[in-house]
Amino acid sequence: MKAAILVFPGSNCDRDLATAFRAAGCDVTMVWHKDTALPAGTDIVGVPGGFSFGDYLRCGAIAANAPVIGALRDHAARGGYVLGICNGFQVLTETGLLPGALLRNARLKYICRTVGLRVEGESLFTHAYGTGTEIALPIAHHDGNYYADADTLDRLEGEGRVAFRYTETPNGSQRDIAGILSENRRVLGMMPHPERACDPAQGNTDGARLFAHLAGALTAA
Amino acid sequence: MTEPAITETLIDAHGIRPEEYQRIVDLLGRAPSFTELGIFSAMWNEHCSYKSSKIHLRKLPTTGPQVICGPGENAGVVDIGDGQAVVFKMESHNHPSYIEPHQGAATGMGGILRDVFTMGARPVAAMNALSFGLPEHPRTRRLVHGVVEGIGGYGNAFGVPTVGGEVRFDAAYNGNCLVNAFAAGIADTDKIFYSAASGVGRPVVYLGARTGRDGVGGATMASAEFDDSIEEKRPTVQVGDPFTEKRLMEACLELMATGAVISIQDMGAAGLTCSAVEMGDKGGLGVRLDLDRVPCREDGMTAYEMMLSESQERMLMVLDPAKEAEARAVFDKWDLDFAIVGETIAEDRFVVMHGGKVMADLPLKALSGTAPEYDRPWEPTPPAAPLGEVPQVDALDALKALLSSANHCSRAWIYEQYDSQVMADTVRGPGYGAGVIRVHGTDKMLAFTSDVTPRYVAANPVEGGKQAVAEAFRNLVAVGAKPLATTDNLNFGNPEKPAIMGQFVGALDGVGQACVALDMPIVSGNVSLYNETGGSAILPTPTIGAVGLIAAGETPILGLPREGDVALLLGESAGHLGQSALLADVLGRAEGDAPPVDLQAERRNGDFVLAHRDWIQACTDLSDGGLAMAAFEMAAAAGLGVRIDIDDTAQLFGEDQARYLIACSFDAAEALMVKAGQDGVPLVTVGRFGGDAVRLGGAEAPLAELAGLHRDALERLFD
Repeated sequence: MKAAILVFPGSNCDRDLATAFRAAGCDVTMVWHKDTALPAGTDIVGVPGGFSFGDYLRCGAIAANAPVIGALRDHAARGGYVLGICNGFQVLTETGLLPGALLRNARLKYICRTVGLRVEGESLFTHAYGTGTEIALPIAHHDGNYYADADTLDRLEGEGRVAFRYTETPNGSQRDIAGILSENRRVLGMMPHPERACDPAQGNTDGARLFAHLAGALTAA
Repeated sequence: MTEPAITETLIDAHGIRPEEYQRIVDLLGRAPSFTELGIFSAMWNEHCSYKSSKIHLRKLPTTGPQVICGPGENAGVVDIGDGQAVVFKMESHNHPSYIEPHQGAATGMGGILRDVFTMGARPVAAMNALSFGLPEHPRTRRLVHGVVEGIGGYGNAFGVPTVGGEVRFDAAYNGNCLVNAFAAGIADTDKIFYSAASGVGRPVVYLGARTGRDGVGGATMASAEFDDSIEEKRPTVQVGDPFTEKRLMEACLELMATGAVISIQDMGAAGLTCSAVEMGDKGGLGVRLDLDRVPCREDGMTAYEMMLSESQERMLMVLDPAKEAEARAVFDKWDLDFAIVGETIAEDRFVVMHGGKVMADLPLKALSGTAPEYDRPWEPTPPAAPLGEVPQVDALDALKALLSSANHCSRAWIYEQYDSQVMADTVRGPGYGAGVIRVHGTDKMLAFTSDVTPRYVAANPVEGGKQAVAEAFRNLVAVGAKPLATTDNLNFGNPEKPAIMGQFVGALDGVGQACVALDMPIVSGNVSLYNETGGSAILPTPTIGAVGLIAAGETPILGLPREGDVALLLGESAGHLGQSALLADVLGRAEGDAPPVDLQAERRNGDFVLAHRDWIQACTDLSDGGLAMAAFEMAAAAGLGVRIDIDDTAQLFGEDQARYLIACSFDAAEALMVKAGQDGVPLVTVGRFGGDAVRLGGAEAPLAELAGLHRDALERLFD
């Protein structure tokens, strides 16, 4: 399975995401934001966490206009898989590949702690956990307060596209949403960091199952 | 533009004493120009020259088989085996943070990170030690919010995990907060970069952000006491940009890998001046700078302003001329400025050109080498008055008061604003003892801690100095790490007062003794003096940052107590209550002597823990609040009750040193007792973990109630 990880100036979870994919047995290529093509045969694109372009203007807004985004859009349009984590989720909403926006946390402070999540929408990303399972993953963000209008939220819920919900919202997110899927369920954006929970040394391995299942399923395909 | 004439007022405004000015005139054989005066003030102020502290700092132990590079470079370098080194330092940003807390703290973080990656190391861990005035002081709230947001905003965006630190509140910091920032990085031992220039006629290259007028005179400001005019000093505080810093690090590390870098120095205090002089001085060369080529953010900047600007995220480097194109390409990739602004010269001169004119022409060696050095008069701190009667207290009431006090409650409200997990190698984040990270791609771990108990140092500088190092030693040992080395951040008042200088000399004596006895040489550090406002000094605060190694194959001690585990107390308990947290934060008494530190006992007890790590389920050192507080913190971390079979106030809350609380199975406890008996190490059973209540002697309260008080106290004070 081949993963391509986008690197923007200011990305700082790019190496962490690469480590998690590699530990699951994937080939990983880092792709610079000024590139205009993805490596041939890319199965999944990882959009990592961090502060792309310093989060200046608006989180993810400048990255969403970087040269590599054209290739990302083509990949998604072809039915390719995309995993955006934290700043990566913000980039995906800014590109319009996922609906809604991530606003400043309700209490205005950056939050780094492990939170409880309920797994919901069925997808290749969530299959390993099974719907209704509760897991724990770290969050680390200042702008993770998910917002969309009521119609969009109803549609996301109606179509089972809420992938992860906080068991108790830490940031004011509408309907406790922590991660959402695209219509074809192949693009996932999530604020929690599964790549920080992949190894017993990290004290939590709940994230490893996501990568292991993706690697297995995409390799088999 | 013509420069102002040199007058007495101008000299005084630069913080230069009349006798120091005379020295400049004697050195040059003429009066200095305005730009030259600025350069001297930058090089000779306390912050850059260490003129009051140098003769005492020389007495500190700085060498050892593990030390690759001691003090004098941007950061210390210590061997961690397998061709790898840990590179670390702690530095203060006290004055700027008091004036403008957000930017002051942010740029403190930026400066310490630059010190680490300038050496060729990728930063992997950060800590910060903060001292504020009383929570109810009108300025404290703004300082706490600003400093924490500044550190978080910078470190989080840069992408370094904050794994530890300390926070204290005391009236002595009402007019002078302390912000001490620590950073550590990892590098290969054969790829460490130093600041000494070499080779004549080589290009001196300017890297990073553009130069603006921010921070002009910052180092001079940091070398003065505050008075009522401090609001006027706000323009001397620099502004930080973590996005540029992150790119600068990536570009520098990429550039270093190409072999193009001969020497490199970050522009910190007094920016271009200090960095250029430092590179020339260490390399025995002169430097010529052409300021017309310096990338500037603003038009019309004078030579004086450029030489003294403290704009952030800038570096100076001597480049291998054969690799110029390669170097330029790296900086283009990261959209950073890259400009050749000068060259190394054979003559011992520091020549600064601007607009075709010579703005400064100074003997370079003399600029740093002949900076004044003072043996300031000092008086030993008088012995503390003996401690009066301390009544027996209700143990649970006292514990509740302690664990919900500003000084001893949970720090979660602060550290949850810092990313503690980025880089995905954090094994133990902040909140409970030393922070631990894994060295990426290996099974080795590094442990980090920051410690000092200023109320001890005030009462007894020598014992207090020893205690700061001893507590750091214990915190590292308690996670199973072998203590390797330390960095010291020495924060004191006005050194021109003999009593303050006496605190400094005494504390340094204690720190030095402990570093020798515990084999933790000092490899880097920083001195911050003049921490006074309106003549009132801070508590003497020699912050000790320390690093320990858990080698591959060694078991770290990272467990938590389990139901039924035995609670063992390692070390002698005399019941020392002088200057204890119980007195200071519950009874409101700052009384008695600091606890004496027996360095042999520290060493012996620490070695015992490390030797028998495989039997130990959980371990914590005893410090503020003694046995009662340690037992509570261990229980709260595990979410498990604890029973301590002791009623006596001094035994529960005394702060005798060289002690650990250990949790282990009954069988392991038996084995440890036998070993301790053989080795002559004091070890006693004091209770048991289990259930859901905390019981001290005859009194009991639900753990959940205590944990709630502990967890929410800071939020209640500041949110």
